[in-house]
Amino acid sequence: MAVVPKFVGERIKRREDPRLISGTATYVDDVRLPGTLSAVVLRSPYAHARINSINVDAARSAPGVVAVLTGADLKDKVGGIPCVAPAEHIPFHPLLAQGKVRFVGESVAVVVASDAYKAQDAADLIEVDYDSLDAVSDPEKALEDGAPILHEEFGTNLVTRALVPNPAVDEAIAKADKVIKFRIVNQRLAPVPMEPRGALADWHQALGHLTVWTSTQIPHLLRSALAAVLGLPENRVRVIAPEVGGGFGAKLNFYREEALVGYLSRMLGKPVKWIERRRENLATTTHGRGQITYLEVPVKNDGTVLGIKAKFICDMGAYLQLLTPAIPGFSGLMMTGCYKIPAMSFEQVMVFTNKMATDAYRGAGRPEAAYIAERTMDMVAGELGLDPVEVRRRNFIPKDAFPYTTCAGLVYDSGDYNAALNKALEIVDYPKMRAEQAEALKHGRYIGIGIASYVEICGIGPSAMLPPKVPGWESATVRMEPDSRVTVLTGISPHGQGQETTFAQMAADAFGIDIDDVTVVHGDTAIVQYGVGTFGSRGLSVGGAALMMSVGKVQDKLKKIASTMMEAPPDQLTFTNRTVALKSDASKSIPLQAVVDAAYGWKMPIPGMEPGLDATSVFEPTGCTFPFGTHISVVEIDPDTGVVKFLSYVAVDDCGNIISPLLVAGQVHGGIAQGIAQALYEEVVYDENGQLITATLMDYAAPRAQMLPRYELAHTVTPSPLNPMGVKGVGEAGTIGSTPCVVNAVMDALKPLGVRHIDMPLRPEKLWRAIKDAKKA
Amino acid sequence: MYPGQFEYHRAASIKDALDLLKRYGDDAKLLSGGHSLIPMMKLRLAQPAHLIDVTKIAEMRAISESNGKIVIGAAAAHDTVANSSLVRDKLGLLAEAAAAIGDVQVRNRGTIGGSLTHADPAADYPAAVLALEGEIKLEREGGSRTVKAADFFLDLMTTAVQPGELLSQISFAPIPAGAGYSYQKYPHPASGFAMVGVAALLSLDRSGKIASARVGVTGLGPKAFRASAVEAALAGKSADAATIAAAAAKTADGIDALGDIHASSEYRAELARVYARRAIQAAVARAKA
Repeated sequence: MAVVPKFVGERIKRREDPRLISGTATYVDDVRLPGTLSAVVLRSPYAHARINSINVDAARSAPGVVAVLTGADLKDKVGGIPCVAPAEHIPFHPLLAQGKVRFVGESVAVVVASDAYKAQDAADLIEVDYDSLDAVSDPEKALEDGAPILHEEFGTNLVTRALVPNPAVDEAIAKADKVIKFRIVNQRLAPVPMEPRGALADWHQALGHLTVWTSTQIPHLLRSALAAVLGLPENRVRVIAPEVGGGFGAKLNFYREEALVGYLSRMLGKPVKWIERRRENLATTTHGRGQITYLEVPVKNDGTVLGIKAKFICDMGAYLQLLTPAIPGFSGLMMTGCYKIPAMSFEQVMVFTNKMATDAYRGAGRPEAAYIAERTMDMVAGELGLDPVEVRRRNFIPKDAFPYTTCAGLVYDSGDYNAALNKALEIVDYPKMRAEQAEALKHGRYIGIGIASYVEICGIGPSAMLPPKVPGWESATVRMEPDSRVTVLTGISPHGQGQETTFAQMAADAFGIDIDDVTVVHGDTAIVQYGVGTFGSRGLSVGGAALMMSVGKVQDKLKKIASTMMEAPPDQLTFTNRTVALKSDASKSIPLQAVVDAAYGWKMPIPGMEPGLDATSVFEPTGCTFPFGTHISVVEIDPDTGVVKFLSYVAVDDCGNIISPLLVAGQVHGGIAQGIAQALYEEVVYDENGQLITATLMDYAAPRAQMLPRYELAHTVTPSPLNPMGVKGVGEAGTIGSTPCVVNAVMDALKPLGVRHIDMPLRPEKLWRAIKDAKKA
Repeated sequence: MYPGQFEYHRAASIKDALDLLKRYGDDAKLLSGGHSLIPMMKLRLAQPAHLIDVTKIAEMRAISESNGKIVIGAAAAHDTVANSSLVRDKLGLLAEAAAAIGDVQVRNRGTIGGSLTHADPAADYPAAVLALEGEIKLEREGGSRTVKAADFFLDLMTTAVQPGELLSQISFAPIPAGAGYSYQKYPHPASGFAMVGVAALLSLDRSGKIASARVGVTGLGPKAFRASAVEAALAGKSADAATIAAAAAKTADGIDALGDIHASSEYRAELARVYARRAIQAAVARAKA
């Protein structure tokens, strides 16, 4: 038999891809159960309105219709959608509007029919009598006197106010050479996963058991929430996340429709399916970002930053989803970036607006933080006439300072920020680029070089950092089957990340078997032990650590059994090429299968040892990992049109050790695409009346390949001490590094014209106006 | 997205399509590539009871040359037009515009006749068809008529097509030897349609002066149009940068420019002037005196 190679660190093609690219993967809508009914949700066209009456008579008698429900039918019969993050005001979040609608797209009624077309036909017959109310869509106006109040019971649109005071910041402001003040906006974004949401529920009356297939990142947490809302025991609810076509944080949630189909299936005794349409996706799947930040930055004339003081206005939307008010905290805590800034303080005012709720979106609070930190560094450089590279170097946390406790109290595990910066500068040939930039300017060409040295927080995380119902640990079961193939059951729920590949690489190497001898199972609460899910770039660093714990337990058992068979101490044995062999002499070995046979056999070689070869473990991280890197982009602005053209894009990311280089590259590629899109293209726009303007992909500018540059990727490797693999996480890094690097580049290009800051997205028109105004002045 | 109920009819011939159109009247819509109609049906902005598919009518898909004209069947897909050697050789401007539409999937399904009759103000084809002075053939029961491109686009999504009529083909005189042309487009970042698109076609005389110029503009106003002021400012002039810039500056004159969140009307007008200049410059660079 051929020698079994090693897999960790190799460029392994994703094992998920054959089914995805051949159209044989099973998404929620591909699950077909006999007799399934279709649900269509009638949604509010108003941002804010009182519901006087709903007439469903015509809908109920329409062809094929089985049921029509409104909020009144559900009142006191089901719970609401939970928000597990603490907040002063958490409103009841109904499955269907109760007397009032508070954002465009809010669910008002649901129609169940023999097919979705008939359900839609019937939904068109429902007559809702609304009294339109004034709406508030600008978060800065939500707390003004006279602003329309969304939830009357609170008498205010305040969700909560978070204060992290520190008098040292005010002292720094008093004694600084200069205090730089500015306001920046992280605009609302729509995550736009390729597969919208969808859920199929199947109630088994005799078993009293509910199965729900849903497009989610958190099948186990969702099972808990669903059972609670529907009043079912958790062991009678099964949640299956089949193939999930992207989530980006938007499916780290629990939505009205997931509960509705469960309720309806139980009520009707039939499977009920709801599939989200793209318009619904843009209006009723959580948005991300939505933060306005006022900054005061005291500095010394040499570029040393003495502190950061921030006030955030955070746009929460009309209701609170699972983690809505928890997201801004990351932005505040991480806004000092990779800098040894001695003091920071912030106030966050989170407000209700007549819009869809915000929540996690790729980076979830850290892109906003990196944007603040990296725009700050460029502002400091600009105001003091220093090179942005020098300002960063002056303020970097030095590499010998790790583990480093920031002024916000976070403990950065490891880092070498200069190494990543240097590598990126080398790749772009920074001095040469600066010379070219100066030369181009003489000919009226506006070239800009943008740098972002980011640090982010991954491997989330110690459970104490998170709300009780969203803990930070992760689970894994490793089972060596009787034929010495391995099955991994992981509590994470990959939806594009590729852990079916990564985990198979790790398990294969650990047991000296082929990658094709490992199967990774996830996303089914009836098969997999309770787990937490995939978000916050935690799959590998937390889920992988749990996997390695279980791998170790199975290895130990195999070694103990093998040691009696080989008459060698267990600690001198290793797994290689489908054998258990002496570390010192691989020729002295026995086939792995012989050991497995013994473990499953009728006569266990070690008296008293349990037969079988499986182990389940839970890894509770002791801290978070802090990946970092430097992205540099070089852009040219067409002064006639304001159009931004990329001349180059370099990303140097440090995510610790790399298990799967192709998957890391894929994550960085996708992350940069979404980050560039925030910088240049994307914005969820509601008008002043709360109408959603970006309601279709004809208006919402999700990035396409031709809108993006070629990327040059490189890495530095600074292992994390917090998990056995030394990995940090890379799912969001690209998004976090790219946005500020692109904005910094554009602002650098316009610096000769005296432009200081323009808010994202940097649409060509905004740049064209800035250029025109500057030339006029 | 669930459209309302409709009946699908596959027309076997132009006559068949006209018969069906007559039978179902206002309840019917002609279906070609479906790239505008079907999204509208999914949003239930259109709810025709009958769809008459014209894409299986062989003569409506054909691209041919007859009597010195290039004739393009209305149901020819954008990709077919963009890659037809006949079109590339003799109507390069049309091939350029076709290649600039949407993405590969759109170009594989969308058709020239569908695009022209839908008359989206930001569609790419109309600019080129106007500059090429295409002749649009409309079939009706018992006969047909031909409408010049300049008379075809009436207003926002409104054309000269009358109820009961079917656009069967568009014919063009080939681009004369030595003429230069270019289609320059700034794509809308969300839709991929033209924020503005300018098609320029011009010939130089022996002295290098511009003998004639035709400029079609899309994306700017409620309908695509010929920029006649620009054309007039070019005709008979030398093809230098100052002349071109001065002419292009007239592109948006008298046009009620569209605006959206990505580009206000003021900015769109400026984009049109800039892209007109670039299209004319590129056309001049290709033209041979």
